[in-house]
Amino acid sequence: MIEVENLTKKYGNARGINDVTFTVEKGEILGFLGPNGAGKTTTMRIITCFMPATSGKARVAGFDVFEDSLEVRKRIGYLPESVPLYTDMQVPVYLEFVGGLKGVDRRDIKRRVAQVMDDCGLNAVAKKYIAELSKGYRQRVGLAQALINDPEVLILDEPTIGLDPKQIIEIRSLIKGLGGKRTVILSTHILPEVSMTCQRVIIINEGRLVAVDTPQNLTAQLQKSQQFIVRIDGPEQEVLSEIGKINTVSRVAVKESGADGINSYLVEFKKDSDGGKDIAPVIVRKNWALYEMRPIGMSLEDIFIKLVTEEKIH
Amino acid sequence: MKNFYLIFQKELRSYFNSPIAFVVITIFLIISGYFFYTIFATFSTISFQVMTNPIMAQQYNQLNITEMVVRPFFANISLFMLIMLPMLTMRIFSEEKKSGTIELLLTYPVKDSEVILGKFAGCMGIFTIMILLTLPCIFLIELFGEPEMGVVLSGYVGLFLMGAAFISLGIFASSVTENQIVAAVVSFGFLLIFFMMGYSAGFASETIGGILKYLSFTPHLYNFAKGVLDTEDIMYYLLFTLFCIFLNMRSLESKRWRG
Repeated sequence: MIEVENLTKKYGNARGINDVTFTVEKGEILGFLGPNGAGKTTTMRIITCFMPATSGKARVAGFDVFEDSLEVRKRIGYLPESVPLYTDMQVPVYLEFVGGLKGVDRRDIKRRVAQVMDDCGLNAVAKKYIAELSKGYRQRVGLAQALINDPEVLILDEPTIGLDPKQIIEIRSLIKGLGGKRTVILSTHILPEVSMTCQRVIIINEGRLVAVDTPQNLTAQLQKSQQFIVRIDGPEQEVLSEIGKINTVSRVAVKESGADGINSYLVEFKKDSDGGKDIAPVIVRKNWALYEMRPIGMSLEDIFIKLVTEEKIH
Repeated sequence: MKNFYLIFQKELRSYFNSPIAFVVITIFLIISGYFFYTIFATFSTISFQVMTNPIMAQQYNQLNITEMVVRPFFANISLFMLIMLPMLTMRIFSEEKKSGTIELLLTYPVKDSEVILGKFAGCMGIFTIMILLTLPCIFLIELFGEPEMGVVLSGYVGLFLMGAAFISLGIFASSVTENQIVAAVVSFGFLLIFFMMGYSAGFASETIGGILKYLSFTPHLYNFAKGVLDTEDIMYYLLFTLFCIFLNMRSLESKRWRG
């Protein structure tokens, strides 16, 4: 649905994005992840035909964003980061205006407006001017204007920023519900959002693509070793030496020492070894009490920090 | 065509949703009303003196209300337009650029020409309301004298065409900056230069003087105010307007390839 090839954008000498290539399949929700200034917004602006690329190609539904801009724009719903709206208009009037411009049929427009206002929870502010609305409601109006013509492709630049937790959950489930029928690109720097809503993640840093994969694969791929937290009631030195003797264990250390002699240990296994099963027999043999044993996965935060900082070292 | 109408409608509405239209129209009417009063009062004083003073009657061998009230009335209005219209046009694109709404507008499936012409027509709508509201002055003249209606009509046609030229230049100025003050100053400055360009024609050679005079706004309007409907004058304003709209299209379009 969306194909981006070797996209580069320069701002004078400063680089916006550098040689970015990715594709998004129809019906997929793609998370666009990166620190501030990484080039998320630039990429989105190119895909939405607001800005030209310095070099490279971008196609939406087979149409080039530069050559067939009008065709691309017909198929896109876009929510820019700053949510720019005409503040001197009332919510339904504004949505009717946008719907008209985006080619919604005149006989259908009232029904469409009622529909998106319902979907985005805007009925409470139906009589208000946009200038009077809070940030959260403006965000919803922004989302409503993107959805008004039922577009095939949705491009949302940080859609949940500035919302309260309840609204964030609502908007996320709304976006999640949009997948399947529509193709969605969603940029954010809130990491749990990506693992909650997106099927695939692109991590971008300093204008360059750092990783493209599913959140699960990214997590698995980057776990260079398996780590377990084990809480044992036993003499500290003995525990360290006994567990250290296990073949598959590469490192063991006290993570937290409890006042009652129950310590938490961090046990690291060698890569690709199914080490978890070897610990319990040792503990049983020594007759220690086992209070807790759990694997620690790398969260998306860890991966993100790792990728972004690794990138800096190169 | 539908998009043009939607943008026209939105533009017109946004003038009335903010105080801009009310303030500009009110101030414009106060100033033009006051100047109309002074012209008319001067004319009636002179007529009165001519009636009582035979020597003065020889100086003014004919007192023509069309020439002495209607024509200066149009000349004055053109001057106030010069001050007021940049205030109407300065926000048209600058405001959208500043607030970022242009980003959404330009990513909708709308042609640049529809955007520009819609906005132009919206501003022309306000301007038309503004000059039509000066009609009571004409009724007053009609009440006390017998102005030639043909001249009045051609004068309004002239004002309308001149307004179109002013507005197209103003919108172009607004499309090159995101600062409204800059847009207003640029359009006012250029309008003033075109307004006064003919004044220096007397010092230049005949050819250059002719060109300067032709390029200037004022001589063309004076023809209209005299009741002369010349295609040359009509073409002048139309071409000026079209040229500015053309520049405007290029300036908007350049955003798509210049970035």
